[in-house]
Amino acid sequence: MSELQRSTPRPQLSDDSRPKLARHARLKFDKVREQWVLLVPERVLVPDDTSVEILNLCDGERSISGIVGALCQKYAAERELIRNDVIALLQDLADKGYLTVSGEDKQ
Amino acid sequence: MTDLLEHASQSEAKIRSGAGKTYGIPMAVLAELTHRCPLQCPYCSNPVELERAGAELSTEEWKRAITEMADMGVLQIHFSGGEPTARRDLVELVRHATEAGLYSNLITSAVLLTRDRLEQLSDAGLSHVQISFQGSEEGLADRVGGYKGGHSKKLEAARWTRELGLPLTVNAVMHRQNLHLLPKIIDMAVVLDADRLEVANVQYYGWALKNRAALMPTEEQVDETTRIVEEAQERLRGLLAIDYVIPDYYALRPKKCMGGWGQQFFNISPSGKVLPCHAAESITGLNFDSVRDHSLAWIWENSPALNLYRGTDWMPEPCRSCSHMEEDLGGCRCQAFALTGDAAATDPACALSPLHEKIFRTAQTEAEAASNEFIFRNFAGGTAESGRK
Repeated sequence: MSELQRSTPRPQLSDDSRPKLARHARLKFDKVREQWVLLVPERVLVPDDTSVEILNLCDGERSISGIVGALCQKYAAERELIRNDVIALLQDLADKGYLTVSGEDKQ
Repeated sequence: MTDLLEHASQSEAKIRSGAGKTYGIPMAVLAELTHRCPLQCPYCSNPVELERAGAELSTEEWKRAITEMADMGVLQIHFSGGEPTARRDLVELVRHATEAGLYSNLITSAVLLTRDRLEQLSDAGLSHVQISFQGSEEGLADRVGGYKGGHSKKLEAARWTRELGLPLTVNAVMHRQNLHLLPKIIDMAVVLDADRLEVANVQYYGWALKNRAALMPTEEQVDETTRIVEEAQERLRGLLAIDYVIPDYYALRPKKCMGGWGQQFFNISPSGKVLPCHAAESITGLNFDSVRDHSLAWIWENSPALNLYRGTDWMPEPCRSCSHMEEDLGGCRCQAFALTGDAAATDPACALSPLHEKIFRTAQTEAEAASNEFIFRNFAGGTAESGRK
């Protein structure tokens, strides 16, 4: 409906995307509260254990497939289920501008 | 600016408070570095009694406060004012906050920024820039801000922000005289590549209370605004996040102001006073402790003014027996004081307050009267629009 476009469109994630948190989305372990927090503009998000694990794998080097593969080795769940969880989490963060994607091979 | 505070308090963090305490570990701090500002917005969130430059904390005093807040568990610092870029030591303070592990936001009118200074701030670790806009076009925007050429400077600074890869929030303070521009402001935010837009209806304390008759929207405007915002939120999902603050006078339930008095947030005034929110000094008779006299940790635990309205024990009826008491913590103390003369009264924004009907009618009457002259904010206690030039 709208003709409006961002000059920096949000990335659409695929298996080849190599995601990394944006500079302004900072994951840190808060020693005072003894929990992980994700600091973003105007918000403090509290990721659950799985999300922390996924985010810690987002180093801009590993692809989504690589991240899913690493998780598959550790957990007994089906690859497709793990992949869905990873994509759901990361696409949501990408839509909010908290995630950048490097070296994506556009098909 | 007012609304940023609310967002800080409505944050998604579910952070545990210490056992048995009625308040938590503070999460965010609004550091009002100065009350000096080149703009003169009639709804300025600063107190009517502005603090002079000579009373401001020194660089070293601010640095100590920043170190202390990080040690307490504060996660985010919002550098604000007045106009924070009016402080020559801003880059140094941002760098200090970064080194202390804090996430820093700049809340600015942007008219004093240069690209070079913004780059220095970015290099110092600044994580986010919020620029206030008074409208979507020069004429009205510059009139509201009382600063010629301000709007185009803001647009320029917004572009620099994005060029430097910093996320941008457009803060649009809305009122009767600019609500018709909302669709254009939304488009402007997208074109500027903003990540967030705050559509923040004026909240009426301090300067805005003085200017209430010139700012209060009509009920039809508020309904139309809600419709426009909801449509845009849907249409721009994944493109632009839009936060919306409705005006209290037309609400049925009060807001959980600041997430509760002294719950998870505090404000440091230019001279070092620690307040539960930026407007708290409008409540006369309260003494706020200063970082010049005590450590922040001591103040957070012991300040009588902070402890006064924590939890629910202080509540009168109808709050005391209300099932919503934990949900809204009785609303806003500053608004209760402004409208009833008693800061412990139920916020009249609540439909259960005996004054609710009255303030609703006040809003309607003032909006319909359409008297548009502003009293501009300045150190002289305000100047009427017609008395200028």
